[in-house]
Parts: sequence; structure tokens; C-alpha cells
Amino acid sequence: MRVYLAVFALLAAVHCEELLNGDQVLRIHVESEDHIQALKELEEDVDSVLDFWTHGFSTERPIDIRVPHTSLSAVKDFLKKNNVPFTVMINNVQELLDRETAEMVSNAKMERSTKSFNFAAYHDLETLYSFMDTLVASHPNLITKVHIGNSYENRPMYALKFSTGGVSRPAIWVDAGIHSREWVTQASAAWIANQIASNYGVDPSVTSLLGQMDIYLMIVTNPDGYVFTHTDNRMWRKTRSVNSGSSCRGVDPNRNWDAGFGGPGASKDPCSESYHGPYANSEVEVKNVVDLIMGHGNFKSFISIHSYSQLLMYPYGYTCTDIPDKSELHSVGTAAIKELTSLYNTIYQVGSICKIIYQASGGSIDWTYNIGIKYSFAFELRDTGYYGFLLPANQIIPTAEETWLGLKYIMEYVRNHPY
Amino acid sequence: MKTFCSVWLLLSVVELSPAPPASQEPPLACRGAADPAPPQPETAEDMASTGDLEPTHYPARRAAQVALHYLNTHHGSPFRVFGLQQVHKASAEDVEAGGRKYKLDFSVTDWASGSAGPALRCSADVLFPRTERHSAPDVKLRCEALQQINRTAQEEEAFYQKHITPDSAVSARDIPDSYGNMSEEMQPFWRLARVAASFIMLRESSENTEFNMAQVASVTQQESSEEQLMLEFVVLLHDLPSQEIVQWKLLASWSPDRGVRVLQTEWQPRCPHATKPPN
Repeated sequence: MRVYLAVFALLAAVHCEELLNGDQVLRIHVESEDHIQALKELEEDVDSVLDFWTHGFSTERPIDIRVPHTSLSAVKDFLKKNNVPFTVMINNVQELLDRETAEMVSNAKMERSTKSFNFAAYHDLETLYSFMDTLVASHPNLITKVHIGNSYENRPMYALKFSTGGVSRPAIWVDAGIHSREWVTQASAAWIANQIASNYGVDPSVTSLLGQMDIYLMIVTNPDGYVFTHTDNRMWRKTRSVNSGSSCRGVDPNRNWDAGFGGPGASKDPCSESYHGPYANSEVEVKNVVDLIMGHGNFKSFISIHSYSQLLMYPYGYTCTDIPDKSELHSVGTAAIKELTSLYNTIYQVGSICKIIYQASGGSIDWTYNIGIKYSFAFELRDTGYYGFLLPANQIIPTAEETWLGLKYIMEYVRNHPY
Repeated sequence: MKTFCSVWLLLSVVELSPAPPASQEPPLACRGAADPAPPQPETAEDMASTGDLEPTHYPARRAAQVALHYLNTHHGSPFRVFGLQQVHKASAEDVEAGGRKYKLDFSVTDWASGSAGPALRCSADVLFPRTERHSAPDVKLRCEALQQINRTAQEEEAFYQKHITPDSAVSARDIPDSYGNMSEEMQPFWRLARVAASFIMLRESSENTEFNMAQVASVTQQESSEEQLMLEFVVLLHDLPSQEIVQWKLLASWSPDRGVRVLQTEWQPRCPHATKPPN
């Protein structure tokens, strides 16, 4: 609101003719009582058009005066004659004002368009991509868009990198929409991206987190599939790669990772929804993420978001054998779920993938755990089967809000437990 | 004419003994279509899951969902569908003739009111037979205070009267739509489809499946018969373990007195390249 008032005031001021063109702001460095006397003379001049920006003269600090263009030479002569040192702080006040106004108008517009992005609706790929650009543009010092590669059908894949600097800081990865029909995940990720951006500098926890770690957030991890759910088949899950020797397309991108690849819980039939593909990382969508994670080398947490079932899971999926860190991950998960549930009483269960939902091989968080990213988790968001994949849009924001609480807990835990 | 209809209805009911989908070969044009819910190989863990079961893990939950399908076939209506709230206790044991019996203690809610609504406590025995060809699980179910739950008799009667008239010809597609939208008017039809689908889901369930209804692809009202609303549904079922979407066409009847009956079911093969259900 303040921005609008300021812009209005400026626009009003500026609109009343360019009064300040050529005006300068001089900074006076007062060094003696004589200088102070001279300035007092200047100030008490009733006809003076000088605009003192600092009041009360002392040798302790400089005094700023806006001098109208027409009086510039007279004032400068006066100061020189009295040996009062000064510097030109603003060379042309109007010019500076114009620049600032333009910037504010542009910021206000961008703020309006991120504010006008309807988080309570499902959007197509183009709209989500354009939202990403708007978000990046309105937080240029916090967010960059990382082009991690292209999809099978050559669509760009983008991750939003939230970083306050450093080089290869320990990082947290969050992805949504690897299974394209799980629409509440892409929608929630967009809300969460905006939430992180807004919270930075305001929420102490998020601010401290981003002071030490980077967050990579991938809103649409399977863009080809996502487009297909809009144009052809709302229930499409897989990628859209062509399978040689079959009329069926697509590989389940969450059976294609190099962890127990090809084992139980994935299908070798290209027509199956859980087809694992010809070999691990055969899908370019998966390979792009793998390359980024390996290339970066400093991820401390990997969180994959799916729907539906209301679960928070940790590895393994490819076997029901407990991971060494089971105890810790189970208690982190339990605490995270407590935060999530506190908002709207949405009940989640916690457990390993294999035990709580089904045995599934070639899953992403199994691979990340096995390469040493200890805090690997997978969410299954709302609901428990009533609407399933077709969750009504009015549940997007409540889902995103509660998920954010769980996610935030995990991120804070990761920050507090470096390894 | 009436006798003919009655006889036909009777014969149709008899036809309810299901032919498992595996017996229906996909047409040649759809070669390579996936079998609905292919069974998963047992892991060492399955062998061990006899005795007390972890209530939040899938073996107990799947058995409870089967009990839910049974509950809905008996007590579901256009204004009531039950959902699983929580499994409290579960155990399993192998039985003679090679089946596994689950004993369950769980709570259900009227799904429309969400987990916040009043919960009913239920107990069930769910027997999954282990036969060469799939056969339906057997369920024995007891829910406390079932008779005392809020009766929706008024809404049911109003809905019935509105649509039993000869000029009612409801026809709709995609409920809910891609965005989860479902009109107020369509909700009772969605629930009816969900209840009718429960007959199929119950019949098709095994320890290796976990079904939900993903969407009602279409509803077409047929000519009423024997004072029953007659509805033809095409439903999409989602099986969690295999992640497959399975399409079924079915003919169901309903009245406030007789409840939901499913008269005919037909598995609709998914052509790999076909993206919309065949009409």
C-alpha cells in the first residue's frame, strides 16, 4: 500500500510540471563555526528557495541542500567565497526522480501480477512458466531460473533457485509434478515458491535458512506429461517418450531412477503406468535432474511431491528392509506431519514407501538416499481417494498451506543438522 | 410387458456373477493393453505379515478398504458414501484352503463430511481366497450404531421423485471435470456411481490391489423399470499399487427402498493410443 501512496505522491509531484529539472543536491561538509554562520545566513534568507534536507547545523555531520537550477551558480559562488567545502550529491534531481518512479511503477506492476496470479486455480504450462518469470523478476536478488535441460518433446525444464549468495551452498531440492496427473502438486509448488519469496526477510526461520542454504524448487518436473493432461488425457502419468517396438508411449519417471532398477514394483510392459523404461535414467527428464544433483554435489535434502493419499514417506521403496537412518527419518516425518495437521486437521501417515504404500523400484528418493542425501522424503498430498487426482481447485491453497508447514519443518531440521 | 421386464431383470441380476476381466480379450486394435491390477510378487515381508499388523501399513489398509466397499454396497446411497477414517487394529492369519483372513478394527466417516464428521466404529473379517483364478473376497462386517446415523430419507425421496418421472433423461460426462468441479445437481449421481463402482471394486479386490473411483466418465439415465431409477455409468477406477486406470461400464438401479443394485458390468479395454473412453 505504501508503495502505491509513494508512487502516487511522486506521480502527482512529477505531473505538476517538471519542477526539479536541473536541480542539484549539494552536500556541505561543515568544518568550523564560520561555516555554520555562513549556512545560517543562507537559511535565514526569507526569499531563499533553498530546500534544506538536513536541519540543525553541526560539524559532526554533513548538511544536504537541494538547490534549484536557477540559484545554483549563486549558491556555489557563495560557498566557494566562504571556503565551505561541498560535493554534488545528486546531479539532477528530476532525472533521479524519473528513474525511481519508473522502477516503482514497474515493481508495482510486477507485484500486481504475482498478486494477480490465481493460486486457487489450475493453470496450463505456459501460465505456470510465465508465473515463474514474474516471480523471478520481482525477486531478482533471491531467485534465479535454472534451465536444467529439455524434456523429451524439447520443452525447457526449469528449477527456481532461491539463494542469498555463496558458492555451492548446501542445498535442498523440492520437486512437484513428476507424475503429470497429480495437479495439486504443481499448483501447490507455485504457491510455495511465492511463499518462500514473500517470507524471505520477514519470517526469521526462512530468512535464516536462506542465509545458510539454497533451495531448488522444480514446479513442473514432467512438462510433456503436464501438457498432455490438458490437451488429451487428464489421467496421464508418465513421460511422453516413444517406446521402440510398442504403440504405447511413456515411462514412469518414478521407476526410472538407478535404485533397484527393474526390480519388483515396476513393470516391464511399455503400456503399463509403472513401466520402468529400457534402462535407468533413460528418460531425459530424470537424467536432467540426476545431472544437476551430481554436478552440484552438495544437496543435503531431496523432497519429491506427489498426490494422492496423504502420506509422508522415506526410503526405501524398492525393498522393505529398513534404512540405517530409519529412526531419525521417521521421527522427523512424524514431527513434520504434526505441523501439517495442526492447520486444518488433515491426517497424514508416516512410513517407508515399501511398507506404507507399496513396493516400488527405481524411485527418486531411494536413489538420492543411496548417494548420501540423507534427508530424502516423498509427500503424497490430498486427498485419500474421494476426488483423488481431480482435487477441486478450492482445496489448492489449504493443501499448499498445510504442506508448507510440513516442508518448512523438514527444511529447518536439515538446516539445524548439518552433515 | 411387465413380466418380460421382470424376467429380464431377474436374468440380469443372475448375470452379476462376474466374469473376471482377464477372460475378456482386448480387441485386436488394442493389442498390448495392460491387465487391470497385475498381481505383485510376494516379498519376504508378505510372508511375515501374519499375526498383528501395523495399522498404518498397506496390508491392513487394503483389507479395510475392501470392508469399506462392502459397507458402501449395503449402505451407500445418493446421499451417503463412507470413507475410511483410520485403522485401529489389524491382524492376519492363513486359513485352510490357502486363503488369508484379516481381522480389522477401524473407523469410517460419511465421506462428504470429511474426517471431521462423526465416526462409526466397525469391525470386519476380510477373507482373500487364494485360488488360481481370481475370486472375490469374502467380508463379514459389523458397524456400531449404523441404524442410528443421520437418515437422509428426505433427500433420497426428493431425488427419487425428481428423476423417476418419464421425462427425466439425465446425461452427463466427466464428473468431476478435470478441475475437480462437480455441480450440486451431479453430486447424488456421483455418489450413486461410487456406490455402484463399489460392487466392482469389492469383486475385483485382492491383497495386491487398492481401488478408488477416479472419475465418472459418463452417466446416462435409462428408462425406469420396476420403479427403479436405471442408470448406465462409465467409471474410471484407479488402482494404487499398479497405478492403472481401469474403465468399467455398468448398469445400476436404485430406489430409496431397494438401495443400489448392479445389474451388468463390462470391463472396457484401454487402447494404448486411445485417450478418450470409447463410446
